[in-house]
Amino acid sequence: MRRTLTILGLVLALAFAFAPVALAEQNELRWGGDTEGGAPYMFQDPKDTTRVIGYEVEMIEAIAKKLGRKPVFVQNGWDNLIPGLQRKLYDVTLDGLEITPEHKQEVNFSIPYYATFLQLAVRRDNKTIESLEDCRGKVVGTLKQAYSQQVLEEFGGIEVRTYEDEINAYSDLANGRLDATLFDAPIAVFYAGFNPDIKFVGPEIGRMEYGIAVRKEDKELLKDINGALVALRDSGELRRIYDRWNLWSPMMAKEFNDYSPRTVDAVMFNEWAELQKPEFTFQDRMKRYVSFMPVLGRAAVTTMKVSIVAMILAMAFGFVLAVARVFGPSFLSRMAVAYIETIRGTPVLIQLFFIFYGLPNIGIKLSPFVAGAVGLGLNYAAYEAENYRAGLISVPKAQMEGALALAMTRWQALRHVVIPQAFRLVLPPVTNDFISLLKDSSLVSVITMVDLTKAYGQLATTYYDYFGTGIIVAVIYLLLGLPFVRLARWAEGRLAKVGNMARIENESTEELIASKDGVL
Amino acid sequence: MAQANQPLIVVDNLCKSFEQGEVLNHISISIREGDLVSVIGPSGCGKSTFLRCLNCLEILDSGTISIAGVTVSRNGPGETITDDLLDKAHLLRQEVGLVFQIFNLFPHKSVLENIMLAPMVVKKESREQAEENAVRLLKKVGLEDCIHRDPATLSGGQKQRAAIARALAMNPKVMLYDEPTSALDPELVKEVLQVMRDLDAEGMTQIVVTHEMRFARKASDYIVFMDKGEIVEVDDGDILFSNPKNERTREFLRHFEGDAL
Repeated sequence: MRRTLTILGLVLALAFAFAPVALAEQNELRWGGDTEGGAPYMFQDPKDTTRVIGYEVEMIEAIAKKLGRKPVFVQNGWDNLIPGLQRKLYDVTLDGLEITPEHKQEVNFSIPYYATFLQLAVRRDNKTIESLEDCRGKVVGTLKQAYSQQVLEEFGGIEVRTYEDEINAYSDLANGRLDATLFDAPIAVFYAGFNPDIKFVGPEIGRMEYGIAVRKEDKELLKDINGALVALRDSGELRRIYDRWNLWSPMMAKEFNDYSPRTVDAVMFNEWAELQKPEFTFQDRMKRYVSFMPVLGRAAVTTMKVSIVAMILAMAFGFVLAVARVFGPSFLSRMAVAYIETIRGTPVLIQLFFIFYGLPNIGIKLSPFVAGAVGLGLNYAAYEAENYRAGLISVPKAQMEGALALAMTRWQALRHVVIPQAFRLVLPPVTNDFISLLKDSSLVSVITMVDLTKAYGQLATTYYDYFGTGIIVAVIYLLLGLPFVRLARWAEGRLAKVGNMARIENESTEELIASKDGVL
Repeated sequence: MAQANQPLIVVDNLCKSFEQGEVLNHISISIREGDLVSVIGPSGCGKSTFLRCLNCLEILDSGTISIAGVTVSRNGPGETITDDLLDKAHLLRQEVGLVFQIFNLFPHKSVLENIMLAPMVVKKESREQAEENAVRLLKKVGLEDCIHRDPATLSGGQKQRAAIARALAMNPKVMLYDEPTSALDPELVKEVLQVMRDLDAEGMTQIVVTHEMRFARKASDYIVFMDKGEIVEVDDGDILFSNPKNERTREFLRHFEGDAL
């Protein structure tokens, strides 16, 4: 027992060793965003996937420079950018975040740094849809939780499909699953503008303003950022950033009251356009995939690290739960059952949100790694406990009695006789669970970690390539899981042997019953 | 055969009930060191429970069990089972070996390891010491050729002899057997009973719950006949079988009239 606790302690100590010591330093400006959000906001540089580029990246870096602070990027899922801000993962957040009354209840916004509208897109051969009015009774795709979704739903009569990202929405439009799409104009230009099967129709719809979100209590920081934004606007620096990305529009000219001609070329936009050309050889493609390896490698290490720590935790804690449930006094046993049923009955995603974004409310603030490993570990512990329980109760009671009759204590009997037999029985299901944990670990992307699945999304949005990247990522998952598949098979081989023994013992029990009937 | 020694086992007013009802009803008996005692009786008469109580696998409801200086007693099923009682039970088990009808060998260990485990875990014997002892015991029960085999590969008779060696490895003062030959094919019964005869010759105190009437009559110092949770008759084998005093004994033995006793 003591040794189990020591191992558990060690695991926890190890886990906390990964936790960053201090989340924010004074001279840094930590900003949160989601690179999976894509171009032109922020995305991985196609030439160097370890770099993040985008007009918002250039803007926030210019602001940081004005404030004399070092910009530090913090990755988080787009849906969770505001919860992450409130949880103090970073000082500010931006990523095409619209200034809406709902958002304003949660956080404060800077003055708008960009204004835009929504763009309707249809298939090139479509002659019937020219406005939102024409979309009534049709299927329209848009971005989940964005202003555009709200517009579509309030318009009424439109069947709305929401997407995590724009690429899949536009490919569904092209292949006929959608009749139209409604996206922020910059997204439409960057992701549909080069698609020969898609055309833009109708007038500018609505008006949306992007702002930099700051926590309500950080009044000073908000003032500083607004000051920097005004200075960048007045010096023309902000305009030059927009021009580089081809984002200057009549709406912006009116907004900034700046009707002068452009002074810089749309270099970043042109680079992006270059990538969209279809004449892309097989070799180019392969070269690109090789360039993914550092990013995918790092993500694979994250996936593996979080899975292994979570699994060790799950096995250790699951073991404690199973022993408590099967052999513990009744109150402990009941507590174990309650834990197992609660955890199994609620989604692991919600558990992760609760641990990462909820617990800070009562003063428990875990780093993303610790929260991810502990969350997955505590979740899987419930399943492991049930595995162990099945193993423990499938060891015949006679084995326990045999050991007790040899003057072993209950714990000695468990440790030397029951548990070793149960362990062999549960090894295959436990290994299977590890393989499924490896895959479930992709959920840690909701708490800012960049694991394999998240890296896949980022690379796929950057290169517009869900297919090839998907195959590579799938192969990596398979390779990571392979050792455990082999372990499971090996364990099954061992199990066959123990299983035989159990059968022989059972047979003799049956014979015994038969012979007893015969004697009397 | 044993001499008239001090009683090694004293059982006084032992009672035990399960949910289904009373199983042992005021059992009292003294057994001297070196005795080989057979317990017979119809199915469900409580003889197995009696044995399990002696080993404290079942904790008695009331009465006193005293074996080799360790005394376990309780005033009734209402009295809580204290840690002190459990400690005593544990001490008592160290003096008492128990052999089960289905052997209960540990399938994940070799024959040798089966025998070494308890001395190493409970008595903290060194591996060398435990192994030396185990090899000696396996020779004694005629299993020197099976030392490294898996229990699953042994015949029933070999398994039961290994189980006896395993119990002996704890160096008990008393050996209990719960229908040790009931799970065996007839041709394998003899080899197990022979081991028990040999132990008797060495002076081991043994209590055997058995259906082997011939063994009970020839090998035991005396026979205990139980029925409905009570000891009905205790007598020398020849006397009990040829001239039982109690009607219930006679009734039970009628089942075996055809057998050559």
